[in-house]
Amino acid sequence: MAISFTLNGKSQSVDVSPDMPLLWVLRDTLNMTGTKFGCGMALCGACTVHINGEATRSCITPVSSVAGKKVTTIEGLSADGSHPVQQAWMEEDVPQCGYCQSGQIMSAVALLSKKPNPTDADIDDAMSGNICRCGTYQRIRKAIHRAASMQGGKAHSAA
Amino acid sequence: MSPAGTLDRREFLKKSAAGGTALVIGFYLPSKYEALAAGPPSEPASLNAWVRIAPNDTVTLMIDKSEMGQGVVTSLAMLLAEELELDWKKIKTEFAPAAPAYFNPLFGVQGTGGSTSVRASWGPLTKAGAAAREMLIAAAAQQWYVDPSACRAENGAVVHTATNKRLNYGALVEEAAKLAVPANPALKGPKNYKYIGKPVKRLDTPAKSNGKAGFGIDVRLPNMQYAVVARCPVFGGKVKSFDATKAKAVRGVKQVLQISSGVAVVADNTWSAMEGRRALQIEWDEGPNASVSSESIRKLYLENAEKTGAIARKDGDVETALAGAAKKVEAGYEVPFLAHATMEPMNCAADVRTDDCDIYAPTQFQTFNQNTGAKLTGLKPEQVRVHTTFLGGGFGRRAEQDFVAEAVEISKASGAPVQVTWSREDDMQHDFYRPAAYTKLTGGLDSDGWPVAWKSRIVSPSIMSRFFPGSVKNGIDESSVEGQANSKYAIPNFLVEYVLTETGVPVGFWRSVGNSQNGYITECFTEELAKAAGKDSFEFRRKLLANAPRHRGVLELAAEKAGWGKPLPAGQTRGIAVVESFGSFVAEVAEVSVNRKSGEVRVHRVVCAVDCGRHVNPDIIAAQMEGGIVYGLTAALKGQITIAKGRVEQSNFNDYEMLRINEMPKVEVHIVPSNEAPGGCGEPGTPPIAPAVCNAIFAATGKPIRRLPIRAEDLA
Repeated sequence: MAISFTLNGKSQSVDVSPDMPLLWVLRDTLNMTGTKFGCGMALCGACTVHINGEATRSCITPVSSVAGKKVTTIEGLSADGSHPVQQAWMEEDVPQCGYCQSGQIMSAVALLSKKPNPTDADIDDAMSGNICRCGTYQRIRKAIHRAASMQGGKAHSAA
Repeated sequence: MSPAGTLDRREFLKKSAAGGTALVIGFYLPSKYEALAAGPPSEPASLNAWVRIAPNDTVTLMIDKSEMGQGVVTSLAMLLAEELELDWKKIKTEFAPAAPAYFNPLFGVQGTGGSTSVRASWGPLTKAGAAAREMLIAAAAQQWYVDPSACRAENGAVVHTATNKRLNYGALVEEAAKLAVPANPALKGPKNYKYIGKPVKRLDTPAKSNGKAGFGIDVRLPNMQYAVVARCPVFGGKVKSFDATKAKAVRGVKQVLQISSGVAVVADNTWSAMEGRRALQIEWDEGPNASVSSESIRKLYLENAEKTGAIARKDGDVETALAGAAKKVEAGYEVPFLAHATMEPMNCAADVRTDDCDIYAPTQFQTFNQNTGAKLTGLKPEQVRVHTTFLGGGFGRRAEQDFVAEAVEISKASGAPVQVTWSREDDMQHDFYRPAAYTKLTGGLDSDGWPVAWKSRIVSPSIMSRFFPGSVKNGIDESSVEGQANSKYAIPNFLVEYVLTETGVPVGFWRSVGNSQNGYITECFTEELAKAAGKDSFEFRRKLLANAPRHRGVLELAAEKAGWGKPLPAGQTRGIAVVESFGSFVAEVAEVSVNRKSGEVRVHRVVCAVDCGRHVNPDIIAAQMEGGIVYGLTAALKGQITIAKGRVEQSNFNDYEMLRINEMPKVEVHIVPSNEAPGGCGEPGTPPIAPAVCNAIFAATGKPIRRLPIRAEDLA
């Protein structure tokens, strides 16, 4: 039976096992590969997407649970990489290998939508679920502060 | 950025000529290591082509090293763009195909590792850029009937200086391509550098901030199937029998196949393949390693530490010096196996057909991929095209062929393009690990507290005896002793022995290789000698490095920037360490607090000084030092792979933990200005951090940390 949800602003319907994790629906069924597989157990955050605006680990989220909900992935954040968090990431040259960065950016966007001017402790709380093996943490912290000041301390909603 | 197909020189030139659009510049790179390659190169003398210019002025630079985060797409492009006078905004890059033309001159095969990318590329790429520039200038001069010396190149165009006439490269490329390649083009020199030495923004950041960067795991081919493999949990074990009935009943599962490494489940998506694997019933023949454990390996190491080893270094007479020493210090140091844990788990896509094969891989060694594909399919290496993707971390793991071999075998057997993906558990339990090692040390001090003797015996498995067997000579694997045998401390009697000890656990290159353990051991034992002598850690090293100016330079810079000797907040201590690796010199000072009751170690700040010779991009170097420090710190604080019943006990990030943002110290990087030959940057940041942190703990507790990871009971 088809499962329907809103993906990056457009309605989407998939006919897959209801218990298939959203991650694999995105990656293998819909070929939207910006969302990454890292651990399959919600331990690393590489698969982070927004479900109704909340940062969620898609690797343990059955696709049936997003029926009727709004899903935003890295591809839906902006059409052209112009989201303030993406801009800040480029200004600070955050990524190294880049594999975890979709998840890092999605977590950062969710943080800033709730706390437009996060403290370092807020960043630790919101971002410690996202592992970066290249060790870009120092730049991630700077980029989040930069994005906050670019947004003028106002929440910026994702597409 | 997109992977390119295999083009040999002839095809390359044919393609260029057909479109009339490309200027292809190259040089033959001689190699002294050719004999070490697994297979003979199909064209031993070949051109190496990096630059294509289209009539619309778009410049495509071929990146022949793998981008695993270390910034080669940007740094190699900078080397080419500098001498070619390119407009940075018009540069495109492509990953080079597998071809002898792209052999790494330091390896004799096409590959990325050993922090060699900039070291191997600086000469050839600046020369290629300069040669292309001279050809474009010559083409313009011909057109204007002027002397080439009256023209200059700037921002992707040739300008006639007297008249300001200007032609873009795109308009000149067709004529330029007909000219002979200058053998010795003039290089512009450091004074005129626009890019080299500047913090140019990375070319790959936009694609890595919008989800569009294509990693191996993102490859999607028409009609591609998705596979996972069930492997014997015991190293070296084999399939005895299996029942696929239940696996085949899982929705989406198409085929179940036995391959060399185990049983492959092929499905129309990765998750179905994983579910199918869960339903497989397999009986394993566990083989000879079924009773190997961390305890049995430790026992073997301790026994072998009492045997005489092969001599890696021998200066003077250690035994006589120790007999006459005023004070002796003895210690045993231990480090565990470590997994690489790249964020992108191992994966590869392959499409095997009757007369050719495509491999799409996040790989560090393209030539070996070609050879792997050829061996498994019966095709010739040149019939195997390797498409290199972005690598979601490499750290040495992607020098291996296991994940490539699986994709090729499954595609061949199933008759379809197949992507094999490893789960995190697969990745952690079937790695080629950083070798566990034991080192027995004795040091002797004279009556003034200066060391007169250093004696060490290293016990560990050998990486090179599997990877490059010819390189292990007289019982010495250089990669097992690097970081100890090359110590520059002025100690007149110096003996380093090596007892090559295999364990059944596969070992491989792990960021900084032997330096990762030997840097720790050497710098922590040096600290023990300093403490036994009652001398300051920094001054002790400084004096012993009197004849090693680059070591001393980074040591002094790190100490100065860290404020060595100045007071710290209550409860904090400092530790210092300096290690040379891969042609670069790095000193780090760590500021640490230790909670002896809870066993918690907190690293607050790390000051890093690096001398990597002439350098390309200081911001990328800083990032590599930051990353190398996090990699080494993660291992020092948390990293440990343990073995029970021949299998790895850890499985995912819950039991093989990573440093997270809330534990990240402030890292400051200071680069020594230098005109020396370029050194490596991907690895040298890693070795000094563990000893810097352990030496800070030693300062706090009065006890050396003689085993990693750092354990609560060793702080008490």
